[in-house]
Amino acid sequence: MKDRASSLVRGGILLLLTVVMAGCKNGVLDPKGQVAADVKSLIITATLLMLIVVIPVIVLTLVFAWKYRASNTKATYTPKWAHSTKIELVVWLVPCLIIIVLGTLTWRSTHELDPYQPLKGVAGEEDPLTVEVVSLDWKWLFIYPEQQIATVNKLVIPAHRQVAFKITSDSVMNSFFIPQLGSQIYSMAGMETKLHLIADEPGTYDGFSANYSGGGFTGMNFKTDALASEADFDAWVEQVRAGSEPLNQARYEQLAERSINHPVETFSDVEPGLFTSILQQYMTMPSEGEEGMHGMEMHEEASTHGQESADADKQHLAQE
Amino acid sequence: MFGKLTLDAIPYHEPIIVITLAVVGLVGLFVAASVTKMGKWGYLWREWLTSVDHKRLGIMYIILALVMLIRGFADAVMMRTQLAVATGGSEGYLPPEHYDQIFTAHGVIMIIFMAMPMMIGLMNIVLPLQIGARDVAFPFLNNLSFWLAVGGAVLINISLGVGEFAKTGWVAYPPLSGLSYSPGVGVDYYIWALQISGLGTLLTGVNFLVTVFKMRAPGMKLMDMPIFTWTCTWANILIVASFPILTAVLGMLTLDRYLDFHFFTNEGGGNAMMYINLFWAWGHPEVYILILPAFGIFSEVISTFTGKRLFGYKSMVWASGAISILGFIVWLHHFFTMGSSANVNAFFGVATMIISIPTGVKLFNWLFTIYRGRLRFAVPVLWTLGFMVTFTIGGMTGVLLAVPGADFVLHNSLFLIAHFHNTIIGGAVFGYLAGIAFWFPKATGFHMNERLGKAAFWFWQIGFYVAFMPLYVLGFMGMTRRLNHTDNPLWEPWLYLAAFGAGLILIGVVCQLVQLFVSIRDREQNKAEGDPWNGHTLEWSTTSPPPFYNFASTPIVEGIDAYTTAKEKGYAGWRPEKFAPIHMPRNTSAGILMAGFLTVMGFALIWHIWWLAGASFVATIVTLLVRAYDDDVDYYVQPDEIERIEGSAAGAKVAEQV
Amino acid sequence: MTTQVTYPANAYPVPEEEHHDPGENTLFGFWLYLMTDCLLFASVFATWGVLYFATDGGPGPKELFELDYVAIETAALLVSSITYGFAMISAHAGRKGGALFWLAVTFVCGLVFIGMEINEFHHLIAEGAGPQRSAFLTAFFSLVGMHGLHVTAGLLWMIVMMIEVSKRGLGGKTLTRLGCLSMFWHFLDVVWICVFTTVYLMGAL
Repeated sequence: MKDRASSLVRGGILLLLTVVMAGCKNGVLDPKGQVAADVKSLIITATLLMLIVVIPVIVLTLVFAWKYRASNTKATYTPKWAHSTKIELVVWLVPCLIIIVLGTLTWRSTHELDPYQPLKGVAGEEDPLTVEVVSLDWKWLFIYPEQQIATVNKLVIPAHRQVAFKITSDSVMNSFFIPQLGSQIYSMAGMETKLHLIADEPGTYDGFSANYSGGGFTGMNFKTDALASEADFDAWVEQVRAGSEPLNQARYEQLAERSINHPVETFSDVEPGLFTSILQQYMTMPSEGEEGMHGMEMHEEASTHGQESADADKQHLAQE
Repeated sequence: MFGKLTLDAIPYHEPIIVITLAVVGLVGLFVAASVTKMGKWGYLWREWLTSVDHKRLGIMYIILALVMLIRGFADAVMMRTQLAVATGGSEGYLPPEHYDQIFTAHGVIMIIFMAMPMMIGLMNIVLPLQIGARDVAFPFLNNLSFWLAVGGAVLINISLGVGEFAKTGWVAYPPLSGLSYSPGVGVDYYIWALQISGLGTLLTGVNFLVTVFKMRAPGMKLMDMPIFTWTCTWANILIVASFPILTAVLGMLTLDRYLDFHFFTNEGGGNAMMYINLFWAWGHPEVYILILPAFGIFSEVISTFTGKRLFGYKSMVWASGAISILGFIVWLHHFFTMGSSANVNAFFGVATMIISIPTGVKLFNWLFTIYRGRLRFAVPVLWTLGFMVTFTIGGMTGVLLAVPGADFVLHNSLFLIAHFHNTIIGGAVFGYLAGIAFWFPKATGFHMNERLGKAAFWFWQIGFYVAFMPLYVLGFMGMTRRLNHTDNPLWEPWLYLAAFGAGLILIGVVCQLVQLFVSIRDREQNKAEGDPWNGHTLEWSTTSPPPFYNFASTPIVEGIDAYTTAKEKGYAGWRPEKFAPIHMPRNTSAGILMAGFLTVMGFALIWHIWWLAGASFVATIVTLLVRAYDDDVDYYVQPDEIERIEGSAAGAKVAEQV
Repeated sequence: MTTQVTYPANAYPVPEEEHHDPGENTLFGFWLYLMTDCLLFASVFATWGVLYFATDGGPGPKELFELDYVAIETAALLVSSITYGFAMISAHAGRKGGALFWLAVTFVCGLVFIGMEINEFHHLIAEGAGPQRSAFLTAFFSLVGMHGLHVTAGLLWMIVMMIEVSKRGLGGKTLTRLGCLSMFWHFLDVVWICVFTTVYLMGAL
């Protein structure tokens, strides 16, 4: 019994270590941008803080169970002892204290890591690169409004420059996520969500949808190329512009049709206002808009814009 | 005539499904044939299917839960093997079309049709005994509740062979679950299975609250109630307060799908975020509905097997209450990534963490119950210790997920999957299995095989770590949930390991089935007395199994641990000179009929067979009215009959006095 | 530890099996059910609040609601609550005829309410303002319609109770059932006051 128990503890600790080690190779514990790095240190701090209670509880469970086993008649036995104000005070206070510390940490980090807020003290603080992201069934469309180009299932950004993502969906809900750069956020039809990320190292990072969206969901991923310099980025933009295919409304509608494992595509020119029109086809609220639900303040996503309905637009999606 | 239903709805071309159906059919045939051969149909109908006895309903709930456990577990094994096979560019053996139904069904079945019936089953068997009652407040409703749960389970299993199940994940978020994106019948199966069983759960909640508040034995104050009864009561309060929200939100989804309403559609101004909010306003309390009774079981087990009183009874009661109330104001932590402001996210994050305070208190109280006790390592104790270690880890990862900043990278990842399995298996399921091992001799009158029970525990426990710790790792490595296949060499070893772990748990489940078989086979050698564990509470004061009226005379209650007090003061096993007549309800077929009609109605609605839906609804109401105007629903057990039954049981009682 | 057997004073002797009053349990259980029903309405109310502005270019509350009409509807329901109260007074006094008379009056008032509601719905749909038009109208029809369905169920139940009273008189079981229906009916009244205030008054003003 004791051997089993202690080997369980050792196994647990070993496993925990492996978790941390393995996670370091790739994924969220291998950050390549400031947001991801901040999240990683937050995860580590919070975990260590919780281990202050977790380890004693696990150890005490095993120690007490062993020490007060029925066959150990030498141990004290107090069948009627069922209350001690001192102990009860301690068992309420210790978790309370830890939660006060952790709660403070949470409150501060939640505001610092608010994906809607532009990153402070980074390159491109004043001049972020804007990318408009649309989730479709089942691919990602990236529109670069300043460069007037677009790509499908491939995101190219300059490293060392903040990227401001504006995200929506022309289908069901998805979640836009590049683990090594940091936070994810949902894409929802008729709503614009925002995300600010930066790549601190050039490289290629995996991106995907982190919210199940139907049959082609597994193939809904993309590579993120963080290029070493602005010059490289500009060169890439020029290369895309040199292509022959523009993205207009008709081509977009073709693109929006269902497809699985969609190949990478680039568009040399984008009809201006495409993103806004995708967004607005589902926006149906009059301008003064309502605060949100349950008195819960949402970011201003459901703000103003037109009232046109888009029933016709959805026809092609209704049936496969 | 048959709505959308045609012969094409049967998936002949799917070999996996056809084989499954064949096996299910054969097993069904075998069971039916055995019952026929033994000539037991009449007995089954009169004594079990139409029974209003809470103990029998409890046993039937647990049988339902075990059957559904096998179904849900088969789904789990298929998912793990698919993901182990489908690596490095391979598509595996389950295409998304099928795989997506499996993970949806796994979630729905395990939560609604495995965990809930197991919890409600234990509550049925134990709670009325613990408060010294003869039955629940509304025995007929109790029977109806059970059959409604069965009806939901039947519908979800029919979807295997007729049509399809939802391909939306168990949360069925619109617009994916709306008609535009899910035109098939899968989501309709989901809706009606949940609505029908949800109605049963709601009735159970009302029934047991009235039972607890109105039917306690004289002398039992609320703060004298056994801790399991208390945690069940909190769970029932949560049921009553949260299931209506599920009913409402599913109703809205139904209107969207059937009548082209615009609650959650992209078009017409619908708001899918409202669904997500309402769903989790039910879904989060639901988690506590599952776990609180398990906490109660651990408390009973620990205090019984240490031969001590429970440390900090009042703390335990109020900690459970705090968990229940806080459980209602944390639902938003399921979607921090939806774009709420930092203030909102931070509020819900901190509120979630606060729940860990009363939960931590509970863990400490169990520790101090063991402290200076005499702990016997029976099977229920193993589950409890396994829980205390495992659940602590699950709690820690849960608090980590409650930090919105951390959730932004862990949300929807396999880390989340590992976390909630860590709490639901390591918390709720371990609790129910402890409860079954603990109360099995009470419910049946014989013990479970100890060696196989211990083997099952170790396979479950070790299998759990092998299956789910890799998922934590994979979550950190950026693997998201509900993927059909993967192409990342770094993930492969962990996916293999997880599949191996599922295999270990499978051995554990097999051990339990064998244990059940062996225990029933050897029942004559393993007879249990009324009080096999030296228990504290009233359920141990009557025979095992208890007579249908539970107690020959109303039990005496003095303070917490009423039966321990009775044993100490020497009046345990006391019987009056002369018994008084006992008022009991009669069995009724109205419950199974009504639930049957409602299930047919659900099926008809799924396939748009409107005439059948209407007819079966009318039949339900007519059955209800017939039942309402049936005056022969109860009777008195006469003293001489009690004398006769107690006479045979007296031996057991005298023996335990010695 | 005492060796002497001591019985607690409250338990002995046990002369008669204590008979729980099933009527009291039923009323408490039914009250609990009504609380769950209340939460059902609360969920739909919340949805109504969220979808209030989602008119999708279609008509809004100001164009659609006629307060005068709804005021008469409301009056019918409020009066029916009072007349149900009279029915309960008669029933408790054992006056079968009185109880039946007031139940019938209540029934007629409820029927007027439902009739007017159906007429209103019919009107709106004919104008092209049906529940499929916009999320706002979806929420309106669902909230008001759900209340209407409850009232309809109450009316059917009332028919059953009138038959029961006339055939079986006013026994204990029947009184309990009348009590349940009474709670149900008053509850629907309270819900309607909320509907009237938040949907019609706040919408039209």
